[in-house]
Amino acid sequence: MFIVILFMLSGIIVGYLLRHKNLSWISKAITILIWTLLFLLGIEVGGNKEITNNLHLIGVDAIIISLGAITGSIIGAKLLWNWINKDKKS
Amino acid sequence: MRGSIIIILFFIVGILIGSSDFFIEINSNSLSFYALCTLMFLVGMSIGGDSKILKSFKSLNPKLILLPLITIIGTLVGSALVSFILSGRSLTDCLAVGSGFGYYSLSSIFITEYRGAELGTVALLSNIIREIITLLFAPLLVTYFGKLAPISSGGATTMDTTLPIITRYSGESFIIVSIFHGFVVDLSVPFLVVLFCSI
Repeated sequence: MFIVILFMLSGIIVGYLLRHKNLSWISKAITILIWTLLFLLGIEVGGNKEITNNLHLIGVDAIIISLGAITGSIIGAKLLWNWINKDKKS
Repeated sequence: MRGSIIIILFFIVGILIGSSDFFIEINSNSLSFYALCTLMFLVGMSIGGDSKILKSFKSLNPKLILLPLITIIGTLVGSALVSFILSGRSLTDCLAVGSGFGYYSLSSIFITEYRGAELGTVALLSNIIREIITLLFAPLLVTYFGKLAPISSGGATTMDTTLPIITRYSGESFIIVSIFHGFVVDLSVPFLVVLFCSI
């Protein structure tokens, strides 16, 4: 995981050194890599029988936990957003 | 929205290919790791190559430094509350799964190791779903919960996979906050997952 972060930091340095060059291809490359990663993840899930056979039961629990986690964090984000904007107005 | 649908299609096609009997097993774990490293390198390059972003780092609102902490607290409170609905899952099960913050690869490996493949699979799916919900509903989250909501919802993924969609709907001025947030939440994943698996 820390290796991944090191890759990003070295990318920042390379990008900074190349900042006067045309780097518009990067966003396209990022999109293609996201497609690749989700495709590979799909292969991993599809190939695991333990997951695919119980997907309906496991899936319901997973969705409920995700919704709880997201709801909790976006309520927090909303409160912080309101606090930041209140300061700007006054 | 069109971009998100394409992403889901790639995922579904992957499942179909992975579940077909004709499929020759490949080590997709190491492949996705290389893809992720390349992705992170390019995300880094796009940050380093943009002098405007580097300037905006200095103008970052100090209150926004609180955002990762708020995401972590909000996620844990939400995960704890749903454990009362899920009779088959204990409080620490739900907290461990929630502590993946969308980082499905790492959290599911940890949870499989400590609590078995079944909860590991819940962690994998739950954290994929967190990422997919963020990708699909980013515009709605911005409308109803403000520009910080897709960042908070994205959890640990906001410095890579969900960064493009956050940039699109919250605006370019939120790129640095998003990366900072992803970085901090990302680092908290192994610590929190191990903590909740061991208590």
